[in-house]
Amino acid sequence: MTDFLTSIRYNDWILPALLVLPVLGAIGISVHGMLAPRRVTADGVAIASPTPKWMALFFFVALFVVSLGLWWTYEPARPLEPWVRLPWIPAWGASFTLGIDGIALMMILLTTFLMPLTVLGSWSGIRSRTHAYYALLLILTTGMLGVFVALDLLLFYVMWEVMLVPMYFIIGMWGGERRIYASLKFFIYTMIGSLLMLVAIIFLWTSAARVTGQASFDYVHIVTSARFGAAAAMWLFGAFFLAFAIKVPMFPFHTWLPDAHVEAPTAGSVILAGIMLKMGTYGFIRFAMPFFPAVAMHPTIKGLILLLAVVGIIYGALVAMVQPDFKKLVAYSSVSHLGFVMLGLFALTLQSVQGALMVMINHGISTGALFFLIGMMYERKHSRMIEDYGGIARVVPMFAALLTLVALSSIGLPGTNGFVGEFLVLIGAFRTEPILTTIATTGVIFAAAYLLWALQRMLFNRLDKPANEHLRDLNPRELLLMAPLVAAIIWLGVHPGPVLRRMEPSARNFIQIVEQRAGAALVQRSGEAP
Amino acid sequence: MALDLSDPRQLAVALGPDLILLGGAMLLLIWAAWRPDGAAHQRRVGIACLVLTALTAAAVVWSISRDQTTLELGVVAVDGLRWLAALVLLLGTGLTIAMAVDYNAREGIGAAESHVLILLGTAGMLLLAAARDMILVFLGIELLSICVYALSAMNRRSIRSAEGALKYFLLGAFATAFLLYGMALVYGATGETNIALIGARITELGLAANPLLLTGIALLLIGFAFKIAAVPFHMWAPDVYEGAPTPVTAYMAASVKAAAFVAFLRVWAEAFPEAFDVWQGVIVALAVVTMFAGNLIALAQRNIKRLLAYSSIAHAGYLLVAFATATVAGVEALLFYLFAYTLATMGAFAVLVAAGTPGEPNQRVEDYSGLWGERPWLAAAMTVFMMALLGFPVFGGIGFFAKWYVIRAALEAPTPLIALAIILVVTSVISAGYYLHVVMVMFMKPRPVDAPPIGPSRWLTRAVIVATAVLIIAFGMYPQPLLDAARIGAPAVVRVGAASTAGPGAGFGPLAP
Repeated sequence: MTDFLTSIRYNDWILPALLVLPVLGAIGISVHGMLAPRRVTADGVAIASPTPKWMALFFFVALFVVSLGLWWTYEPARPLEPWVRLPWIPAWGASFTLGIDGIALMMILLTTFLMPLTVLGSWSGIRSRTHAYYALLLILTTGMLGVFVALDLLLFYVMWEVMLVPMYFIIGMWGGERRIYASLKFFIYTMIGSLLMLVAIIFLWTSAARVTGQASFDYVHIVTSARFGAAAAMWLFGAFFLAFAIKVPMFPFHTWLPDAHVEAPTAGSVILAGIMLKMGTYGFIRFAMPFFPAVAMHPTIKGLILLLAVVGIIYGALVAMVQPDFKKLVAYSSVSHLGFVMLGLFALTLQSVQGALMVMINHGISTGALFFLIGMMYERKHSRMIEDYGGIARVVPMFAALLTLVALSSIGLPGTNGFVGEFLVLIGAFRTEPILTTIATTGVIFAAAYLLWALQRMLFNRLDKPANEHLRDLNPRELLLMAPLVAAIIWLGVHPGPVLRRMEPSARNFIQIVEQRAGAALVQRSGEAP
Repeated sequence: MALDLSDPRQLAVALGPDLILLGGAMLLLIWAAWRPDGAAHQRRVGIACLVLTALTAAAVVWSISRDQTTLELGVVAVDGLRWLAALVLLLGTGLTIAMAVDYNAREGIGAAESHVLILLGTAGMLLLAAARDMILVFLGIELLSICVYALSAMNRRSIRSAEGALKYFLLGAFATAFLLYGMALVYGATGETNIALIGARITELGLAANPLLLTGIALLLIGFAFKIAAVPFHMWAPDVYEGAPTPVTAYMAASVKAAAFVAFLRVWAEAFPEAFDVWQGVIVALAVVTMFAGNLIALAQRNIKRLLAYSSIAHAGYLLVAFATATVAGVEALLFYLFAYTLATMGAFAVLVAAGTPGEPNQRVEDYSGLWGERPWLAAAMTVFMMALLGFPVFGGIGFFAKWYVIRAALEAPTPLIALAIILVVTSVISAGYYLHVVMVMFMKPRPVDAPPIGPSRWLTRAVIVATAVLIIAFGMYPQPLLDAARIGAPAVVRVGAASTAGPGAGFGPLAP
């Protein structure tokens, strides 16, 4: 396989291709939308054309297949360096500099893996304006993949913002009842963080240009040559922190999340939870921590962030427990899970960081699967309230089995993917942060409590609603959609080695950079003091 | 070497575009008055005016291509700043006339002279961009203002139009009085009207703290703040913008503001570089107040023209940030921003013209509910313009790089204006509240039954929308050509500023190469 991929010079074109392919798809669907005749029912309601979803499915499957080659060609030993560099704005030193490491690799594969499934998940739920919907999904994909492959700060920022608009429209046009409020809140929250990050990026750029006399947004150039005082570093870290902490979301910046996740259509929730939340943690790994290690590792700040992470774990779990709305329950559980990621990253041991990376992947798969399952039930019954169900395991056994399996993986049952990540985070973090880690461990118990309780009320109690006696079980399309997710849950649970192996050198490298530079800054400062 | 206007070649370079525009406008005025008013005549004259605008722009390009190094220190500036500003102003003029042809036809305004009035206003603007003498600044402002007073009253049947025009006339006259009095005091203090010589005289005689001069500068500042609609001198703008015919509103919001900014810049950079340190604090304060007030008040607007009026006030605040940096990058940022802002503003007003029906019933933001379902391309274009005004990358194209440039200029200034940059982005987030509201009603609200009908858009307006949207997106993907262009505009002003300052530490001076 590797030989074949090398023979077609796969590594030279794959990263730009990942960005171009979805755009081509979006253009294709838009052109079809312009040319296709508008069909209308007798009473004047537009009939949605089925073509766009097939086109989107084709492009997303093609994207997944193409991206899969990275699994073989990626060499874990290769440092983070540009793979491709195309000119863009020479006057400002901005270019299309693309490159990945093991962490970005897994995030890219997670994205391309989930996207075809989101099309299947929207198959019957999205009935209006399908051309626009699928074109937006494709544009969104370019933005998300762009964030993971960009090694140029301006390009990264542009891609970071590109994600925002399609998601705004997806929530606002195809979402639930409070979609307008939720979409605006999502947009404004994200924008506050990202605009302050923009100021920080420009500041870094000018400071690097002042040192080297060469204006460049290149990631490596800025990491190595930007110079600033301790106070400036604090403010700059603050700007990056805010942007990423809102996206993660960390407690107390999480309030946009329940609204957006609940009001978004199924595919929107899956993408938000599965992929977009990881942008925040990815931002910490790629930018905030390597740029400002001295600030990030400052005992007070580190302690504060770890504390917020643990508060998020417990708070998310407790709030999830009392939600009557299953979708909201899953939304709050995300706050809890992402707390584990932040705990693992800032504890900064090899195991905890690898665990955090695993949680990022697992949460994408398990929470994505949960949102898909809720979406399927919502299409049947138009209710997300747990109390509207009850005892439906007898009526829809397939659904019940899958929901149970996915919920168990989300809880972190050994043998499923969820166990690997959270276990690694906890044993890794315990070595440096024993007290906080012990508290965080209770989060796992709470997770079991809220999910099992919800399962019991939804699937197993008495079947007391007559309307529920005729629910249809999952159809072949829905089973097809769940199959890859279940396979991933079990594969990552019993055999995570290949994934961990690909991320390990990158994780090691990340820890080394942060520790080394934090130490260097400390030495420098103590040297200046006398 | 001084500019010698008796040499035909130098005359052609220095004043060619202005002479073509003014001479052409005179001929067109006669032609416009020759025939009785009517829809067809109005349209013919409008298209002839478009051609004349294009010719003038070609003349400007020709002038840029000539060597200008010898043409310094006259009453008219012959430098990159002037020519680039002229191109931006002519772009705005062309877009305005194109819109006005369709608008007049729809509203039954047969006055063909209105297009010629726009051209005469533009001639005043070009004069403002070129003026290096207080007298010429005043002439330019008067020529421009009188045309715009008439234009805003053009729709005689509309009460709102008449009210707006009267307000504009009274407050405009008030502002002009401030300017004129300021100029008189500056003349009294320095004995010069030539801007560059004023700067030299201030240095020579050590007048920087002269009370007469300072009072004069303060009055000038107030006068210019009126013209660019900076808070707290902005009160006239919303009423006037709401009442004026939509193309004229676009012209006022984009081009008139741009011309006033360029004149403001030249007077400040060349005449008062030493006084700049004193006044920078005032300009920073103006910028902060303008950004906050413009954006916050815009949030409460339900009339779309008023909303865009307050948005244009907010943008004056962003432009003042670039102004306050007093650096080469600041001047480049200002020009770049004016170009981006002209495109986005013209596009947004063109959408209002395109969606309107006679009498303009579509004034509430809610009247655009469900536009996406009726006219998807119009809604998509409006989204591009809103995103551009918001300064969002890719979807708002060049608008992002415009804000980027301003933030960069603020952070790169000798004393970095970090607080100002942060206020700029925070107020930009506030602005998302109203720009997105427009997008939201178009895409996410159903069209109410009693909504006013959406008019059939005519092809000139369509061309304006397509051209502005395409330019915004294209330059937003690849801004390099614009950056190269903005660069030729900046150094000229700074070079002259440096020549008239005594030493480093004063305003625009130290940044000259």
